[in-house]
Amino acid sequence: MDDTTTNPSWRLTRRHLLRASAGLIALGLWPKTAARAAEDAAAPHTPQYLEALSKLTGDRKPVATRVKLDLPDLAENGNMVPFTVAVDSPMTPQDNVRWLSILSTANPQALIGTFYFSPASGRATISGRLRLARTQDVVAIAELADGSLVTGLTTVKVTVGGCGAG
Amino acid sequence: MSMSRPRIKFPDGAKIGDVVEVKTVITHMMETGNRRDADGTTIPRNIINAFVATFEGTEVFRATFGSGTSANPYVSFPMRVTGPGKLACTWTDDGGKTMTETVMFAPAG
Repeated sequence: MDDTTTNPSWRLTRRHLLRASAGLIALGLWPKTAARAAEDAAAPHTPQYLEALSKLTGDRKPVATRVKLDLPDLAENGNMVPFTVAVDSPMTPQDNVRWLSILSTANPQALIGTFYFSPASGRATISGRLRLARTQDVVAIAELADGSLVTGLTTVKVTVGGCGAG
Repeated sequence: MSMSRPRIKFPDGAKIGDVVEVKTVITHMMETGNRRDADGTTIPRNIINAFVATFEGTEVFRATFGSGTSANPYVSFPMRVTGPGKLACTWTDDGGKTMTETVMFAPAG
């Protein structure tokens, strides 16, 4: 036991670690991580979310604009979280929303739903209810008439998770 | 396991040219496929995976669902009022079962 604390190589490692964290703080990375942990942070984005996202986007890079997600900041029951997602669009033949997908970033399966609009839609707003297994980000992504993608994100804290996982 | 009680609701007093919110809901347990029964066997997924709305035979809105959609799925979607007519909504689940509900719509003015 004494060996570990007096072992020079251990001390060296610890010193390095301290320097490394000082470096992180200087870079502004460390405080952000600490702050997130303190506020019951959103779960990390899962591989299945990233896969679902890349299936939707392909080579295209979504721009964070025009998409507004309206969800509660705090959901007591993750089985039934109301949502409204609106894409700011005139919905004309030239400028409209083709589809809108809502994705969970930390459920066992990412897709909540995909909603396809038509010339009869008039506006691009959808409401429904979704399941969240835990505190996480909810992402909406929409394809516009010119093939470009727009996206938005919100974080929902979940008291009791849904999805029947576990 | 099955679906039942499909309902469609228009707002009252909508006029031609208005964009209205059509509210739909159906009873379905939306089994996610993530749960296990008492013996530890996975309960297979059975969710409503598709929804289509047509007005006078023309598709006005469509949706596909994943297991992240809540039980008894509620969806409200926008539709521009063009005149009187029949709105039909069809829900389809993983078991291939479908259910269709229709409503006659008559604008106020």
